[in-house]
Amino acid sequence: MSTATLEAPASSNGKKLENLETVVIRFCGDSGDGMQSVGTQMTNASAIFGNDVRTFPDFPAEIRAPAGSLFGVSGYQLCFSNHDIFTPGDAVDTLIAMNPAALKTNIEDLKRGGTLIVNEEEFNKSGLQKALYEANPLDNETLMAKFRVHKVPMTRLNRDAVEGLGLSLKGADMCRNFFALGLVYWLYDRDPKPTEEFIKSKFAKKADVVEANLRALRAGMNYGFSTESFTVHYHVPPARLSAGKYRKITGNEAVAMGLAVMAKLSGKTVVFSGYPITPASDILHDLSAFKHFGVKTFQAEDEIAAMAACVGSAFAGELAVTASSGPGICLKGEAMGLGMMTELPMVIIDVQRGGPSTGLPTKTEQSDLLLAMYGRNGESPLPIIAASGPGDCFSMIQEAFRIATEFMCPVIFLSDGYIANGAEPWQIPKVEDLPRLKIEHITAPNGENGEYLPYKRNEKLARPWAKPGTKGLEHRIGGLEKKDVTGNIDYSPKNHQHMTNTRAQKIANIANFIPEQTVDGPASGKVLVISWGGTFGAVRTAVQQSQAAGKSVAHTHLKYMNPLPRNLGTILKSYEKVLVPELNCGQLRLLLRNQYLVDAQGYNKIEGKPFLVNELVNVINEFHG
Amino acid sequence: MSVDLPTLPVQPLQSKDFASDQEVRWCPRCGDYSILAQMKKVLPTLGIPKEKFCFVSGIGCSSRFPYYVNTYGLHGIHGRAPAIATGVKLANPELQIWVITGDGDALSIGGNHFLHAIRRNIDMKVILFNNQIYGLTKGQYSPTSPLGQKSKSTPYGSIDHPLTPLSVAIGAEATFVARSVDVDIKHLTMVLERAAHHKGTAFVEVYQDCNVFNNGAFSYATEKETRSDSIVYLEHGKPLIYGKNRDKGIRVAEGNRVEIVQLGGDVKEDDLLFHDENTPEPSLAFLLSRMRHPEFPEPMGIFRAVERPTYDESVTKQVEAARAKLGEGNVEKLLNSGDTWFVN
Repeated sequence: MSTATLEAPASSNGKKLENLETVVIRFCGDSGDGMQSVGTQMTNASAIFGNDVRTFPDFPAEIRAPAGSLFGVSGYQLCFSNHDIFTPGDAVDTLIAMNPAALKTNIEDLKRGGTLIVNEEEFNKSGLQKALYEANPLDNETLMAKFRVHKVPMTRLNRDAVEGLGLSLKGADMCRNFFALGLVYWLYDRDPKPTEEFIKSKFAKKADVVEANLRALRAGMNYGFSTESFTVHYHVPPARLSAGKYRKITGNEAVAMGLAVMAKLSGKTVVFSGYPITPASDILHDLSAFKHFGVKTFQAEDEIAAMAACVGSAFAGELAVTASSGPGICLKGEAMGLGMMTELPMVIIDVQRGGPSTGLPTKTEQSDLLLAMYGRNGESPLPIIAASGPGDCFSMIQEAFRIATEFMCPVIFLSDGYIANGAEPWQIPKVEDLPRLKIEHITAPNGENGEYLPYKRNEKLARPWAKPGTKGLEHRIGGLEKKDVTGNIDYSPKNHQHMTNTRAQKIANIANFIPEQTVDGPASGKVLVISWGGTFGAVRTAVQQSQAAGKSVAHTHLKYMNPLPRNLGTILKSYEKVLVPELNCGQLRLLLRNQYLVDAQGYNKIEGKPFLVNELVNVINEFHG
Repeated sequence: MSVDLPTLPVQPLQSKDFASDQEVRWCPRCGDYSILAQMKKVLPTLGIPKEKFCFVSGIGCSSRFPYYVNTYGLHGIHGRAPAIATGVKLANPELQIWVITGDGDALSIGGNHFLHAIRRNIDMKVILFNNQIYGLTKGQYSPTSPLGQKSKSTPYGSIDHPLTPLSVAIGAEATFVARSVDVDIKHLTMVLERAAHHKGTAFVEVYQDCNVFNNGAFSYATEKETRSDSIVYLEHGKPLIYGKNRDKGIRVAEGNRVEIVQLGGDVKEDDLLFHDENTPEPSLAFLLSRMRHPEFPEPMGIFRAVERPTYDESVTKQVEAARAKLGEGNVEKLLNSGDTWFVN
């Protein structure tokens, strides 16, 4: 909790209201306790108030793990601030633990001197046993002395609050999360109005449930206000973000919205084919509600079918897209190769998660970069781009389609679990500023003898895109090697060499049609830190802190992974040392060393969790020497 | 002054208009030639312009088919043709889609897509060339090879119980199911025509001779001496009668099965099973699909032809309904949806 000596607004009930710059809080409890829901509400309330916000939802793969178990703990961390922030924060200022298991799995992240709020009634024999506690940690004076502890009998207080509404005990207990939220709202001086509106619309058909949750929220706030246990509460003033209209957005929402907007503005149909998989499914969910924008969604029978359908839709002349995660991308490999060989435009979204195999479905990782680069048989390079944060997904998914349609090839769009589920305030763009996809289907034969030549290329080496149904352009293509210009099957040695080179050259040339790489910090110096994808926020913040500490360090963040920006080689040579922090075992580092013969060093973490700023600052400073 | 210009008669399409400029590369005397020839006969009769057809295939000998038809065509990857075709149809519902597949392509590597295309009733024709062998990979047994079949990968005979393609399709509640033989030109033409006119997934199994790796697998159904006793033609509303002298029939027996009966004597034509391809319940068609050589004559013709909304049509309807209910998608509104706030 970074404190500031700002003037505190008037206090109430004799309690002090202190101003803070930045706060990190984490709600944790059973996966059925509604922690994601209240975390989202706190995020909304803070964003609407005007703070900059970053979130990190962290939940188990099990939908309803056994109650009280250690592996069933679900957490939601958010950071809100009065200035620009790029990460959901490292150490937690306030931890809300709904049961012993939540305490056990999260207490290590709570700052010394931080606030701990527990539902003390859950710290009973059975709860402690399930969390494998031999003694009640709340009685551990050494441990408790490290924090400001508030033992709150939440279950009873909440039941009292909703009494008389005719709810079962179970029904009453389901409101406990809003009691906890209410208490946090008081503690951080949040306006409950947006949450009250949410409760009213979410449970619109159940008046008693609306009333119960509203009462629980209010009871939590009143508890903070009236109990002597809380003597101070805090205020984080609005951030000075650039002027404009904002909304909150997650990476998956931004992808879906970007696609719907693109369909509408380009006058084309977006055909999304997908198969449910964590953490990509929300893209399918969101898009299936955007039919009136010219979006068709197809939930295929498997990942292979989803990819195959994409090839079909692209051949048919519309904007084909699929989304999956690592295991699904593996299955799609062959059909992606067909898309590459037939040189049709489509976008494959990979929301990366912990691997290998089923791995860690709900945790984040950056370990599919090499899969995207090389995960197909034969020589089959494809363009790869990676979004740097939730809001960035909106423009980058459209950029993926610009490249796909301009160069006639599948494009891989990399996101990750952290970006996909994480939220941030997003400045709403003006419609007139949005890019328009320009698509020109060929309408008449392009051969000298009035025939259609499907592989006659333009100056970008892109072939024409004929829409089936167009008279005179009937043609057949497939996965077999084909002769340039005519597209007829051709296995001859020289032709295969020529076609392989041409396909690779086409992708390599894209480097001339993407922005040049920029650097944050000195243009030359001792250390260059290079990152990609979802680690942008943590790395940028860490580098800025190192710079503030007087280190000669610069940061460059890649969004174009293949081909790499054409000036990257020059940038790499401008620093004595290169550090590549990645949430994998060194995949970008391998590519950089290979392409530029640079002795890049890695900092690699593979814990299913994003980088902490502090750990990166330490690594950078040590690397700098 | 006005001049009456003679209206040019629209030249009807002919079989040769559907021939592509590619050299056909199937083995000499392959059954595929006949299927290609009948297809080129049927296509010009449908009143659909050439550019509105799209042929999609997987991998295998049969899957080279699209290269030889002068329409739009996509030669896909092994087993995935129904999924690729689904993508084509969703994006461009105006096209008439033909999926060309084989026994290995549709039932082994592509079994899943085959089932799901059928149950969704996507408007496409699926022609399965069944030769009970893997031809392109030079002679391994396939999921339709009979038990005991010797092949390169089964030197001691196959121990895999075969699938009956029609039973699988009917099990998935296909709305159109038919069978024909490559050399029975007239019948094959009729069946392809019927399939072309069906709205929804039209599944046709064609017995196709692979004269190189599985020569004569269907000779019982094609040779003059054996044919009449080995197959029975299905005709809607008519009794199932067959045999050289048309003196044998098929009757429904107790226990949900069929039996062969001798006509004349006690058994009259009225006692026989009368074919009804429009029965909504698929059990009868399934029963017919269980009639296998040599215990029974194998039925040829249309097993089932019923109506059910197609998937692609339903997709379009949902899009229209969403537009009617919510209005045309509004970008401004979408971007500004949810909770918003201003920063000054």
